[in-house]
Amino acid sequence: MTKPLLEIKNLKKQYPIYGPMGKMFRPKTHMNAVAGLSLEIHEKETYGLVGESGCGKSTTGRSIVKLVTPDEGEILYQGSDLLKLSNREYKPLCRDLQMIFQDSLSSMNPRQRIGQILEEPLIIHEMGDADERRRQVMEILTKVGLSEEYFFRYPHELSGGQVQRLGIARALIIKPKLIICDEPVSALDVSIQAQILNTLTSLQKEMDLSLLFISHDIGVVRYISKRIGVMYLGTLVEEADTEELFANTLHPYTKALLASVPDFSVAKKREVVLKGEQPVRTDEFRGCVFHTRCPYATEKCKTEQPELREIAPGHKAACHLCEGAGNA
Amino acid sequence: MKNVENQSQVLLEIKDLRVLFQGRKKLLPAVDGVNLSIRQGEIVGVVGESGSGKSVMSQTILRLREHESEVQYEGSILFDGQDILKLPLASMSKIRGNQISVIFQDPLTSLNPVYTVGNQMSEVLMLHKKMSKQEAREKSIELLNLTGIPSPERCIKQYPFELSGGMQQRVMIAMALACEPKLLIADEPTTALDVTIQEQILDLIVELNKKLGMSVLFITHDLSAMAQLCHSVRVMYLGQIVEEAATAELFACPSHPYTRGLLSCIPRLDTDREEELPVIPGVVPPLTDVPVGCHFCTRCTLADEKCREEEPPVTEVTPGHKVKCWKYGQTEKEKEAVQ
Amino acid sequence: MAAATTSEVNNKILKEQKEIRRENLLTNSRLMIGFLGFVFIVLCAVLIPMFSSVDPNEMEISARLTPPSLHHIFGTDEFGRDLFIRVLYGARVSLCVSSLVAVLSAIIGTIIGIYASFFKLLDHILMRICDGLIAIPGMLLAIALMAAFGNTSWTVVVALTIVYTPSVARMVRASALVTKEQTFVEAAKVQGASNVRILCKLIFPSVISPLIVQASFIFAQSIIAEASLSFLGAGIPAPAASWGNILQASKTVLTKAPWTAVFPGIIVILCVLCLNLLGDGLRDYLDPHMIGRRKSK
Repeated sequence: MTKPLLEIKNLKKQYPIYGPMGKMFRPKTHMNAVAGLSLEIHEKETYGLVGESGCGKSTTGRSIVKLVTPDEGEILYQGSDLLKLSNREYKPLCRDLQMIFQDSLSSMNPRQRIGQILEEPLIIHEMGDADERRRQVMEILTKVGLSEEYFFRYPHELSGGQVQRLGIARALIIKPKLIICDEPVSALDVSIQAQILNTLTSLQKEMDLSLLFISHDIGVVRYISKRIGVMYLGTLVEEADTEELFANTLHPYTKALLASVPDFSVAKKREVVLKGEQPVRTDEFRGCVFHTRCPYATEKCKTEQPELREIAPGHKAACHLCEGAGNA
Repeated sequence: MKNVENQSQVLLEIKDLRVLFQGRKKLLPAVDGVNLSIRQGEIVGVVGESGSGKSVMSQTILRLREHESEVQYEGSILFDGQDILKLPLASMSKIRGNQISVIFQDPLTSLNPVYTVGNQMSEVLMLHKKMSKQEAREKSIELLNLTGIPSPERCIKQYPFELSGGMQQRVMIAMALACEPKLLIADEPTTALDVTIQEQILDLIVELNKKLGMSVLFITHDLSAMAQLCHSVRVMYLGQIVEEAATAELFACPSHPYTRGLLSCIPRLDTDREEELPVIPGVVPPLTDVPVGCHFCTRCTLADEKCREEEPPVTEVTPGHKVKCWKYGQTEKEKEAVQ
Repeated sequence: MAAATTSEVNNKILKEQKEIRRENLLTNSRLMIGFLGFVFIVLCAVLIPMFSSVDPNEMEISARLTPPSLHHIFGTDEFGRDLFIRVLYGARVSLCVSSLVAVLSAIIGTIIGIYASFFKLLDHILMRICDGLIAIPGMLLAIALMAAFGNTSWTVVVALTIVYTPSVARMVRASALVTKEQTFVEAAKVQGASNVRILCKLIFPSVISPLIVQASFIFAQSIIAEASLSFLGAGIPAPAASWGNILQASKTVLTKAPWTAVFPGIIVILCVLCLNLLGDGLRDYLDPHMIGRRKSK
């Protein structure tokens, strides 16, 4: 296999939880948002990261573009560890790493016209003169399905889907290699969601992009991703190619997620119905991350954390119960 | 679960409801001629995108938009034989929360942050049911227990922000049930929740509907949630109901182009990943620009001159399955011709 | 051909935006009333004394305390000086002092506030100093400063600037901190924008509109503060006309000649009212979400 474009190794980020006296004393414990996450994204690949809110998927995505500073771990991009780079050393690299936000409207400067918003990244990276920049802005506007007539409009004059197109345009204008899409379609109506997904996939093919697609909607992730990582409480519980993941689902949590996908034609067969809610992963948390809600949990699951192991070629899962299945 | 006796009494009947807002130049019809009836014990789903008028309709049933700028109503909303739109606002507060309860999308903003859960629940019970403090406390615990909160005794001492989103929504439901309402309006109750939690809440609503026999008006943009709990579904687009049918019927043979579009553009587990997702082209036009003929004609691939000029009639496909489309009969004939 | 139509459409959009902006400006009644009223007062203060030969300090003992008449519109004070002219000359002094206070405290406050929002250690030091200054009643502080530095117009400016700067600094710091947390600042970071660029392009513009509004209120407040200081004898030194001095002089003859207090008082109130309306109107007009959008009714 070729060298991955981006490699995350053992990423950790924790937030302190203070006792009743607040910050006067040392934190009582920590909330481990991301706890030892490793993944690889290859060139031209869409990697889907799926999980419930609070599982650390956004924190992971935001660490790559330096919006969050992780406590431990490495993020290797083309051989250099992004976390060790100074701001000046990072700047040329950030041309390759861009991000699309869930709430695109609030990610736009409300005082700028759309033309200026799109021109901004070009100015920052000193690309081209004024005429050239304007030509590129016009080009990208048509490419994402907005027309050139939006050049002088303000972002709040657009509809939700149009703003999301604008968000895509802004991320693409400096021709990045990897785009982190943080729930890019969750806030949109379903009919608009499909339009945006189509735009995103066709542009990906056209511009040879890699995507890290973060979402809670496994149906959407399945449609767009080549490989999928299922995240729960700060770690990956299962990772595989899309077909493989859906054909041979191993982890009970993934099974439960699949059961929640809309299926109108047949009566739902519910293999796993989840009880309870996602706990907080403090320093004292022991055992498998999923043992509090897993219907199959054993004593071993409560004390020992299973490792993410390759069970079939390219299919990894972190579950004590799956290990036997892999050997067989 | 899906077949409620047709004989059971009609609880709420909306007839030709129009809700008009005062725009800059003209009146804007947010709800434009809606007919809807809910029987006792029935769960009716209303599905639509943002801007379809589904929330305005639910707020109109509760008359929650009254204080706002100029709103005009036409038509009638009969609840238990009374026309809600003709009632004085003062007597509305007796119906609101008492006979008709509502749960909203964002529970945290609907709960008062400075009182404990117990305080808020007891207040409702003491006000509407004239209970003593002790009775109210016991009743609160009972209600919280009913909604599946693990330790209600602890929960009533907590403040809303100390609870997770799913728990807050359960508390909201418990409060809505406090006065044993005849109708529960659930306005996007699961949109802000995680999928696994969403299932739990939907199951809870179904269970309560069976146990208590109250009717539910379930409003959502999410078709999958519909499939799980509603007896019948209305699809709304730009202020009008374009299709109405029993849930199984609607998903088995959707007849309006809009419904079909909605169903096909959601990525499912059997969607072909190599193909482009089918889409409904364009966007919902703003209320200032509602098309003259069929409201959907600007985005419909089948639309022709007639669709753009004349409003389509409501056609009955099979008993109980109605569709508002000029093309309906024709496409059926075409299908037959192909066969 | 296609390009031409696009630019035509774009020109139309620009024109439309300009129109909407003008319409928003003209239909903003508070802004217009405040602005016109204030301009009227300033024009009177500048122009009328220029074309009038009456000396504000000229005493006409025979005409002491004459009530308002055609000859003396506002009447005269106890030294027989024409009140109308004195109020206009007073306006020059008072408005100069207050506008200087507003501009200076806005500039110094912005610098302090923005620095504080960017450097955590500095934030602690500067904000504790501001807290200390805010804790002392403003008027008391100003009087103390006047006592320390002596009575001149300049010391009034310095004293009032010291009084008002902390509130500006706090406001600027607060709105800079809010802006820093917004997604569009994060988006700029992702694009690789430097801190200086984020500061100049994103944070500073978002601070400006509340700053202008705050400055207009400080303008109004310092008119009153200057008048109060002069009234207490700790302001502009005596023979010079300022609104505070005029009111102070009227104190002893208030029962005999109420007009000596009423007319200058009304002018002060009107001026402050206009400035407050102006500030309120600006707040609406400068809301970024109102750019290119018609006001909804």
